[in-house]
Amino acid sequence: MAPNSEFRHTTPLELALAWGFVGIPLTWGVIETLLNALKLFK
Amino acid sequence: MSLFSVLDRERTVARPGFSRWMVPPAALCVHLCIGEAYAFSVFNLPMTKLLGITKSTPDDWKLTQLGWIFSLAIVFLGVSSAVFGRWVEENGPRRSMVAAAFCWGGGFLIGALGVSIHNLWLVYLGYGVLGGCGLGIGYISPVSTLIKWFPDRPGMATGMAIMGFGGGAFIAAPLSVWLMHRFSTPTHIGVAETFVALGIIYFCFMLVGATIVRVPAPGWHPEGYIAPPPRKLVTDQNVHVYQALKTPQFWLIWWVLCLNVTAGIGVLGQASAMSQEMFPGRVGPIAAAGFVGLMSLFNMGGRFTWATISDYLGRKNTYMVFFLLGIVLYCTVPHAGRGGNVPLFVVCFLIIISMYGGSFSTLPAYLKDMFGTRYVGAIHGMMLTAWSAAGIFGPTLVNYIRQYQINHAVPKADAYNATMYLMAGLLVIGFFCNLAIKQVDKRHHMVENEADAVGVA
Repeated sequence: MAPNSEFRHTTPLELALAWGFVGIPLTWGVIETLLNALKLFK
Repeated sequence: MSLFSVLDRERTVARPGFSRWMVPPAALCVHLCIGEAYAFSVFNLPMTKLLGITKSTPDDWKLTQLGWIFSLAIVFLGVSSAVFGRWVEENGPRRSMVAAAFCWGGGFLIGALGVSIHNLWLVYLGYGVLGGCGLGIGYISPVSTLIKWFPDRPGMATGMAIMGFGGGAFIAAPLSVWLMHRFSTPTHIGVAETFVALGIIYFCFMLVGATIVRVPAPGWHPEGYIAPPPRKLVTDQNVHVYQALKTPQFWLIWWVLCLNVTAGIGVLGQASAMSQEMFPGRVGPIAAAGFVGLMSLFNMGGRFTWATISDYLGRKNTYMVFFLLGIVLYCTVPHAGRGGNVPLFVVCFLIIISMYGGSFSTLPAYLKDMFGTRYVGAIHGMMLTAWSAAGIFGPTLVNYIRQYQINHAVPKADAYNATMYLMAGLLVIGFFCNLAIKQVDKRHHMVENEADAVGVA
């Protein structure tokens, strides 16, 4: 049997790591921009 | 077995149990990096003072010369996505993401060398040409994979990735400024070191995406998924990339994208100046900068929101909304200017810019509906030449018309009115192009043997 046909569920930890890897920097960038935008409009 | 066989499409086929929700973050790893291009302007001013440090000397680079770096990158984005689209499609997402990482990271390194020896041609070659190729290959590399993983929500899936392209600037701008601050000394501006650091960071980040990404096994579909009954504008057939170029649908969608992006990109680049000149004394440089920041957020948010809405509304109808609503909003802007209504002006442009982003993110699913999934990445690559064309038309139209108006004694506050009506006119043409789109004729479909021969997954 080829290795790729073995059944293995993606774990919630793997999903959290993958989404955290891209989500944390993106959220940081969005918050920074939003705070700057709101501050500038005051 | 060669070292590079790990990049083969066959080696990226997901094993049973693999969650498709791992694929959007893989795509975002690439798009968040290449989205840096939107923040490249943070380097412009420091690069005009590389020799003079505190102020520009006659031997320092001029802003007009530096503007070509970004323009070249966008031109090569369109060229490379068109030229390499078929290669990307046939070699799979992992190999193309790695190629994009080498081009993008390598572009920064060559650019750094150009900055350190003060040779602008090397910067053009590095960031503009090689980096531009990284932009094009990276932009299209995860698109068809996402569509195959999410046959039930293709708009949402590609919207997530393309949202990353809009969001990359949010990370890149503060990161670049921070890195330049760290590497600068009283006698040196740390642009070259920042380029090296960014090149390495982006290269590693993109390789993580290439490692995570998987393509679905042939015949895979989500649990409980029932293919929707055939609809007029959603095909279950495939059209070869070169055959797609012979269809009127391809060129109608090309104009739909080009006209919508021309209207959006023209005002995106001029938003700061436009808001200050239309509301003199009420909107200053600081408020205008805040307005530009908000526009970037709506550009990014619109990419996800509109593409997701298109899964329910249909692609053609979504573009109809872009055009009809766009016409109304562009015609409203001069009234907002005349009435001194800043909130109305802001709301109009935030919606317009969200639709600008939405037109990019809804496009892959529109192409999938018209031409099938087999060559959607390659066809998408060809279609991005419309973006390059719009990148020239949009800013040129806005700048020249404004200047023409000012030269003819039109007050600065009213100088943009003609442009707004012209943009609305472009959207009227786009509306009719979109209206004319019908399903692709059967004679363009790939026959079964042809599809098997190229390995339909």
